[in-house]
Amino acid sequence: MTDTPLHRRLPNRLDNPLKSAVLSWESLLVLVAVAIFILNSFASPYFLNAWSLSDLTFNFTEKALIALAMALLIISGEIDLSVAAIIALASTLMGFALQFGADTPALVAIGIGTGIACGAFNGFLVTGLKLPSIVVTIGTMSLFRGIAFIILGDQSFKGYPASFSWFGQGYVFWVISFELVLFLVCALIYWILLHRTNFGRRVFAIGNNDVAAQFSGVRVDKIKFILFCLTGLMSGIAAVLLTARLGSTRPSIAEGFELEAITMVVLGGVSILGGAGSILGVVLAALIVGLVTFGLGLLNVPGIVMTIFTGSMLIVVIALPILFRMWRQRA
Amino acid sequence: MNRLLKHREIFLALAILLVLVLVTVRFPRFAQPGNLLTIFNDTSILMMLALGQMAVILTRSIDLSMASNLALTGMIVAMVNAAFPWIPIPLLMAGCVVVGGALGAFNGILVWKLNIPPIVVTLGTLTIFRGLVFVISGGAWVNAAQMSPDFIGLQRTIFLGLPLLSWFAIVVALLFFVLMTRTPLGRSLYAIGVNPTASVYTGINVGRTKFYAFVIAGAVAGLCGYLWISRYVIASVEVAGGYELTIIAACVIGGVSIAGGIGSVPGVLLGAIFLGVINNALPVINISPFWQMAISGTAILLAVVLNARGERRKGRIILKKAEAV
Repeated sequence: MTDTPLHRRLPNRLDNPLKSAVLSWESLLVLVAVAIFILNSFASPYFLNAWSLSDLTFNFTEKALIALAMALLIISGEIDLSVAAIIALASTLMGFALQFGADTPALVAIGIGTGIACGAFNGFLVTGLKLPSIVVTIGTMSLFRGIAFIILGDQSFKGYPASFSWFGQGYVFWVISFELVLFLVCALIYWILLHRTNFGRRVFAIGNNDVAAQFSGVRVDKIKFILFCLTGLMSGIAAVLLTARLGSTRPSIAEGFELEAITMVVLGGVSILGGAGSILGVVLAALIVGLVTFGLGLLNVPGIVMTIFTGSMLIVVIALPILFRMWRQRA
Repeated sequence: MNRLLKHREIFLALAILLVLVLVTVRFPRFAQPGNLLTIFNDTSILMMLALGQMAVILTRSIDLSMASNLALTGMIVAMVNAAFPWIPIPLLMAGCVVVGGALGAFNGILVWKLNIPPIVVTLGTLTIFRGLVFVISGGAWVNAAQMSPDFIGLQRTIFLGLPLLSWFAIVVALLFFVLMTRTPLGRSLYAIGVNPTASVYTGINVGRTKFYAFVIAGAVAGLCGYLWISRYVIASVEVAGGYELTIIAACVIGGVSIAGGIGSVPGVLLGAIFLGVINNALPVINISPFWQMAISGTAILLAVVLNARGERRKGRIILKKAEAV
């Protein structure tokens, strides 16, 4: 989309391992997270409490699950704006199946299957027809949510079985929610996938220079297609969790999720131009967004005002290192 | 015929005509001049916004904050009007352009001076501007009763058979046409999109030109803030929610390349009109409004597919006209 170089050069790890670990993007995020955590516990007496901290996780896990796959997609130089619409469509189809007496396993299969199918459709349009992903997914975003509107109209589906609701409301270890456990497991899988496999290395290679990657024998289109399917898959999983947690389906479900997921990815240090980023950063960014929204919620700050904080955080956290470097060069 | 189809504007115009003919076959009243003017008037705001967005996209950037800018400027002008009804409307409009332009300049400065990618900057300001609407209004609405009659009436005034709103769109479109084809800034916008590195060597300040593009987009969004509020006579936090993507869709349908450097004013106008015609035709032929989103999504996808095929032929970049002369 743009050719401007992103001036966030990480220190060379070979120069001084200790210094580079301290100065890395992730350590900055840890600092921000700890600061917000401390601020929160001072701001409200209700914050430091196991149940309250457990509730906190519902603020971000669904979006963060998508952010994991979106991180890989953005590192490869593509983007998916249709994830929220995929959730809406998957949720609608689950509700539709429910009317015909589908049981929990069938509902989950439909949700996840819809997600993968939508992702594959995006992937086909981008890799098969060589179209820019930002426009393709603006189109499929209207298309997927439009289909949800056609099926649902102005109605809503309710009456999900209790075993299905567990996915969004259940706890695995007394106080730790199933959503959080699932997120941590997925984060580990994505960490291994991106940082410890050939597949991950190829994703970085494509993001840095897809023509060069192609000539080095990387099957660029195939990998991009898989990445779109993964984003669809995570959106399908998020649809199951969100539908189970809310207990109902409306076509307007999950509006704005795409921008929040992208915010997490970018805040996590993934370059929007592709080629750089880490899963750890995305997980930390998701935690920060969760902490901020939850802390502000405890202070009774209205939801729409919270967006000012997430938006400013996005710009400030990215601008700070650049300003710092400019200041140092001048001195 | 084949050569005609190579020009996206002609292709789009034919597509719009086809929709008009198909609908008119069933409902003859649809294509009456009066109704067509109504559709044009309905689409005016989208046309102006899409032109502003085009200036930004040409430079390989994107402005996701336009709809939030519109909502914020609209809320400010509505509150000012509610509090001081005696302030003349032209002054308010000038204020809108300035405020919107300032918000756009904020985007532009971050892109120019800090080199943050435009999509990140405007993703942030999208949420910030929208949140500020809530902060300044306290979540309250400004409704028709609080606005002065002049404030609401101005754009509905009929001048030479057309409401002033349509005239605004026409004037803005003419200004953009002159800007894009007759000024150094317009040439720079195209040049940067075609090849930023070469632009630097020809003496164009890439950062500053992008900054100007964001200021232009912001100023247009600000003007549309007043027009939107006075058209739908309600100012609230939700105004134009999600509209940023409709604006980009109009550009894409109109043949603006998201990779920068390609796009024309007539194309963008037709792209916006195409969306407007579809939105107006659906209720007439008794298709439920719930289909609207799916149909415009399909239209966007079709347009992108056709666009990509056009770009492979290295379409209309700026120098082509010069070569012909």
